[in-house]
Amino acid sequence: MQTWLPRLRRELFATPLDGLISLLLIGVLSALGAAFVHWMLFQAQWAVIQANSTLFALGRYPIEQQWRLWLLTALLTAATGLSWGLLRGRRWPANDRIAAGLVVALALLAPLLLALQPLIQLRWWLLTALLLLSRWAAGHWGAGLPPLLRRGWPLIWPLLYLAGLLLISGGLGLAPVPPSDWGGLLLTLLEASFAILLCFPMGVLLALGRRSHLPLLRWGSVVYIEFIRGAPLITLLFLGQNILGFLLPGGLAPDRVWRAAWVLTFFAAAYVAEAVRSGLAALPAGQLEAARALGLAMPQALIHVVLPQALRVALPATVGQFITLLQDTTLLSLIGLLDLLGTARTVMANPEFLGKNAEVYLVLAVLFWCCCAALGLGSRALEHRLNPNRSLTTTPQA
Amino acid sequence: MAAAGPALTSAVTPWWRNRRLIPWLVQAAFGLALLVLVAFLVSNLVRNLTNAGLLLSWRWLGNPAGFDISETLLPFDAGLPYWRALLAGLVNTLRVVLAGLVGATLLGTFVGVAAFSSNGLLRRLARVYVELIRNIPLLLQLVFWYFVVFLALPGGRDALQLPGLVLAKSGLYLGWFSDPLHLVWMGPHLEGTVWHAPLRITVEFGALLTGLVVYTAAFIAEVVRGGVASVSNGQWEAARSLGFTPLQTLRRIVLPQALRVIIPGLNSQYISLAKNSSLAVACGYTDLYSVAETTLNQTGRAVEVVLLLLGSYLVIDLLISALMNGVNRLVQIRER
Repeated sequence: MQTWLPRLRRELFATPLDGLISLLLIGVLSALGAAFVHWMLFQAQWAVIQANSTLFALGRYPIEQQWRLWLLTALLTAATGLSWGLLRGRRWPANDRIAAGLVVALALLAPLLLALQPLIQLRWWLLTALLLLSRWAAGHWGAGLPPLLRRGWPLIWPLLYLAGLLLISGGLGLAPVPPSDWGGLLLTLLEASFAILLCFPMGVLLALGRRSHLPLLRWGSVVYIEFIRGAPLITLLFLGQNILGFLLPGGLAPDRVWRAAWVLTFFAAAYVAEAVRSGLAALPAGQLEAARALGLAMPQALIHVVLPQALRVALPATVGQFITLLQDTTLLSLIGLLDLLGTARTVMANPEFLGKNAEVYLVLAVLFWCCCAALGLGSRALEHRLNPNRSLTTTPQA
Repeated sequence: MAAAGPALTSAVTPWWRNRRLIPWLVQAAFGLALLVLVAFLVSNLVRNLTNAGLLLSWRWLGNPAGFDISETLLPFDAGLPYWRALLAGLVNTLRVVLAGLVGATLLGTFVGVAAFSSNGLLRRLARVYVELIRNIPLLLQLVFWYFVVFLALPGGRDALQLPGLVLAKSGLYLGWFSDPLHLVWMGPHLEGTVWHAPLRITVEFGALLTGLVVYTAAFIAEVVRGGVASVSNGQWEAARSLGFTPLQTLRRIVLPQALRVIIPGLNSQYISLAKNSSLAVACGYTDLYSVAETTLNQTGRAVEVVLLLLGSYLVIDLLISALMNGVNRLVQIRER
């Protein structure tokens, strides 16, 4: 009472002009807010989301094969929980408690809002329990594991990714599901993760090439990077869909979904290269020279001395590119693929849900916003962890 | 990279440790791989195109297009050749890019400067705006503006009416001087259920422009904020102690210094706006990409159409870069 009133006065009503602006803004904001809440509660018809939640999540993935995706989700959840636990040990810092609370709240709220079937609802609760349980178990007993297992644990992620691709596409005894049947959030996440994983090493190589002393490598990288950055993504996707078939011998060209994934990868690599280059440029030349003077070969010097420092500097810009890449997957809907936005368009073409644009787009916007904001938060936390100047006496807050 | 004396090196070290030779070997291997790849792709391209009867040719550009373009600055009808259609599309792209540049710069500067306001609410609102817009895909925003906002506008008598401006389902109507010499003002007026005005903007153009401006402004705001923040606090304090008002300080002291940081950032945002304008097809505006897509569907000339598209956007990017480099030269400190 004593502190917030003067603060409010200082923040909002310091001068007459400020006061006027504040009153105006408060008026406009409350009117907009009231209209929005009224629309959300009374006018919007959320049945379009509830009736199509599976379609938004998976596209036309065959129902009898959906257990594979549930299995994949369970594996990912367990791996996340275990990694989380191994990272933190027995402590539950404030951030962890907030995250756990959010997960539980989501598990309780989402089925209610989406009007899920009881069976699916139950699966969500089991997944949540699995996450928290594995977090607790890994935190409790993780310290007792042999060091080799602890050190090698991150390798589970690439293995899991490959297993995930196998589970999604089929093969090795599983019934194949053609890429044209993948859709919705599944396709969006698959394309984004594929491109993010591959564009990063490509971008690093391109950035190194651009700063190389060898003219052919340098000019090759410059031409590639500037060519890609000069073209809008949609024209490159268009090129991928229409010309790739001509560039490869007949029948060798990949499926439309994979073509788009490769175009996204090649596109993002040029931008990641520029982000990494800024990191390389921030590094004093003495680092490389000192490493070479100590007798390290060029690749050794790059891997052990230059890149670890440069990539740390380039981290925020690189993650920024990953976020852009995630957003760019929406462009797949323009070349006829059924990503989240493409699925939304097919749903709204259904006469039953005609004109429900606002509801659908709002949900998609919230979904994308949460994913992108989470990536941004993660990047900031990682930046903090990797900061060599972080004081070691205070407890880490990341 | 200082190597030992050349005579000594070649005499003592084996060839695979030779500091002179290795770079050339690496480059030769890289060049060879590149050459083989390009030869492989081009030979496939030529063979496949020959088989499809689509070998590179530009003669089809003279054939009549046979499709119409809903809104153009250049006069166009279906009987005109393809190159006229593509040109009309290019002009449409330039139109929305130019309008977008102006709008995004104004809005972005305002939001960027608002982040330094003494009003706490305005400051936070600027932050919220940037965080909200940057984390939602542009394409989603474009379809939102088109389908949810602009197409939902009421039409006829119920249209939103402001002095000199009417927002209706059929378009945006602006008042203007019907006789500029004698300053005869003509506002939008209703005839039956149809609005008439000297200036009409279609909802497609309006939605695309709004989306591009709102999206790009968030990024420009960050550039402007970074630029203003790069001017040290002492500059503000010194200006204030000299008796400058806050607005004067901003205009005379801070912005001229901040611009040196801002201009290069603006350059890349302008280029991405120009490239992003290719998403026009999502809200029904016929820009260059949209015309090119139709052209490809009708002629099957994939290679030529893609070359034209890539070339056009490259030229637009280079033009913007050249312009901004010129501006950059104006604002840089002149060293004496």
